[in-house]
Amino acid sequence: MSPSAPAVLGRLRARTLRLAELVATPLVPADYIDLFDPLRSGADLRGRLVAVRPETRDSATLVIRPGRGWLPHVPGQYVRIGVDVDGVRLWRAYSVTSPLDEPGGHITVTVKAIPGGVVSNHLVHHARPGTVLQLDQATGEFVLPTTAPTKILFITAGSGITPVMGMLRNAVHELDDVVLVHSAPTEADVIFRREIRALAATGRIRLVEKHTDRDGMVDVDELARLVPDLAERESWACGPTGMLDVLEQHFADQGLADRLHTERFRPAVFVTGEGGTVTFDRTDTTVEADGATPILDAGEAAGVLMPSGCRMGICFGCVVPLRSGAVRDLRDGAVTTAAEGDGVLVQTCISAAAGPCHIDV
Amino acid sequence: MTALQKKAHNPIAHLTEQDVTDLGLELDALREQIIASRGASDAAYIRKVITFQRRLELVSRGILLFSLFPPAWIAGTTGLSISKILENMEIGHNVMHGQWDWMRDPKIHSTSWEWDLASPSAMWKHSHNQIHHTFTNVLGRDNDLGYGIMRVDEDQRWSPFFLGQPLWNFLNACLFEYGIAAYDLEIGKVLKGRKDKALFRTELKAVWAKVKRQATRDYIVHPLLSGPSALSTLAANVTANLVRNLWTHSVIMCGHFPSGIETFTKHSIDGETRGEWYLRQMLGAGNISGGPSTHMLTGNLSFQIEHHLYPDMPSNKYAEIAPQVQALFERYGLTYTTGPLLKQLGSAWAQVVRLSLPNDFFAHAGSAVATAPTTLVRKMTRGEQRSELPAAA
Repeated sequence: MSPSAPAVLGRLRARTLRLAELVATPLVPADYIDLFDPLRSGADLRGRLVAVRPETRDSATLVIRPGRGWLPHVPGQYVRIGVDVDGVRLWRAYSVTSPLDEPGGHITVTVKAIPGGVVSNHLVHHARPGTVLQLDQATGEFVLPTTAPTKILFITAGSGITPVMGMLRNAVHELDDVVLVHSAPTEADVIFRREIRALAATGRIRLVEKHTDRDGMVDVDELARLVPDLAERESWACGPTGMLDVLEQHFADQGLADRLHTERFRPAVFVTGEGGTVTFDRTDTTVEADGATPILDAGEAAGVLMPSGCRMGICFGCVVPLRSGAVRDLRDGAVTTAAEGDGVLVQTCISAAAGPCHIDV
Repeated sequence: MTALQKKAHNPIAHLTEQDVTDLGLELDALREQIIASRGASDAAYIRKVITFQRRLELVSRGILLFSLFPPAWIAGTTGLSISKILENMEIGHNVMHGQWDWMRDPKIHSTSWEWDLASPSAMWKHSHNQIHHTFTNVLGRDNDLGYGIMRVDEDQRWSPFFLGQPLWNFLNACLFEYGIAAYDLEIGKVLKGRKDKALFRTELKAVWAKVKRQATRDYIVHPLLSGPSALSTLAANVTANLVRNLWTHSVIMCGHFPSGIETFTKHSIDGETRGEWYLRQMLGAGNISGGPSTHMLTGNLSFQIEHHLYPDMPSNKYAEIAPQVQALFERYGLTYTTGPLLKQLGSAWAQVVRLSLPNDFFAHAGSAVATAPTTLVRKMTRGEQRSELPAAA
């Protein structure tokens, strides 16, 4: 029996690939191809910044052409973006604000510069078109169900409008009854102001726009007045932690906990005290370490097999991923932080715990 | 060289304990200042070098497909040699030192980098970063002092084996990538039965696998891809590896072997303070003077002193801090050893040749040859060389 054509092709492809690997060693063929086409399919997922459009004085929309490996997102989901700020790669998550059929296959995210926010300020004020960004596939549970409920309530504040905008832009014509209660400090701070007002003007949505500097925060009583049929609606809320906590409590009190979906944009808050609980995840070991003890010593004292080297911060033989938490460089006091998924590599011999942290060893 | 502690004239005798502490604090402050200044332009620098090197390699290997034509052979071999030198020195060596780890780019990171050299990066990082950089120039601890096949210091014991060391050194230079692999495998320790056999077998397997891949690429795959130019491409690749070997060997010899550089006795570092560690790095390394291209092609190991003070500082920063480091040497009355490549290389080779003989060989022979290395004459000549160097700065 002669082998089938696909089998022959498959074998040929495998052989070509092996040859390419032999040609490229010790690198891999991708390292060379990346020089010319970093966005091709099969490459690590990246995107090129096409344009930066200012929205308000402290927010901007980034138009990104994702690499060919990009899978369509579900409106409401977020994407993790890795951007080099002052030469250091930092990752942050932003909601996708573009509809699925955005022209050019682009995606957009809208970023609000938060005071002291290294990445958000960089993206809003200093990002230049042409820059290549690192991307992850979109993910997140803050989405509409396949069959949209008839009556929907969106409760948003500040940049909390972004995932909701992603949903509205994609499918507002398919939604029958949408109420959007949106808060921002002033009129000028309302992101997508013109667009949501236009949706309201054409009757697509009912918009309640609150300017909290003047009107104060919307509390639950006011919400009940503004949306009398709240109990009949499926609700999605996105905004500051305080607002979401209050809403969750209120919905629970009303016996409506399962009708509320929330998305938290929690900027990772780190307890950067002296010392903390160090968890070595793979070995399932937890120790209390003070702020002067290198994590390497703490781990070894607890019997963890730590990679180690010069023990003075020069040889990098002890570098391991910090999965989450904060460590302090014992030499200069600089604090390095990591959120789940970052896997920031740290030198354990000169790093002490600066709060609870998880080490991938 | 003679271990500093055994010298008639101790070059650090004038420093008090407080001086050494202050020196350490000043060097710590300088480090902090530079580390804090790392930024986008530095990241752009290393990415530019990596991109340039990879393009140069692609173009050179492309040209070598037609290496039957002499101009193509010359251009391709030159390009490939330079590409390999850049890859080993300015990129590989420095990335594996963790100089670029702060960028948090997993593709340019000390833990993930693999280089175009026979020795696997993990093994090299141990013997180089950990042993050599920690125990710099400490006799009996830093195996870089002669790599275990040569005697480069009066305080290393002579044996008839060292009579051949000029030849050993030349052979090592030609085959340097394999020399490094053998060194990282600690062959010497293996022969003396002082290395764990299981560990050695594992490491040997890793080295052999890498050697095979590297050799297959340069000596089989690329020549075969060249079709009718196969033999000339093979010759080109052999040449490029040889050029790279000779160059890297020469640069590294200049870092620790030329005269003026100090060595230290085995127990002199017991209880060493931060300041004393810095001081040892200052005296245990030597620079190469030259222009930007020299610095680039040596992977900025032309700033060996600065590199030894701050092994994890991005290489493009060494030129920036060199004047400040040199000023520090002057203020503390220390000798900043530097010189043009050929002079330093000549000095290093002179040591290799001279020390192939026993220390007192000429004295016993009663010879009056000009190069006779009696202690007194040697110290005087070295004193002269030293005095002219800082003046140039």
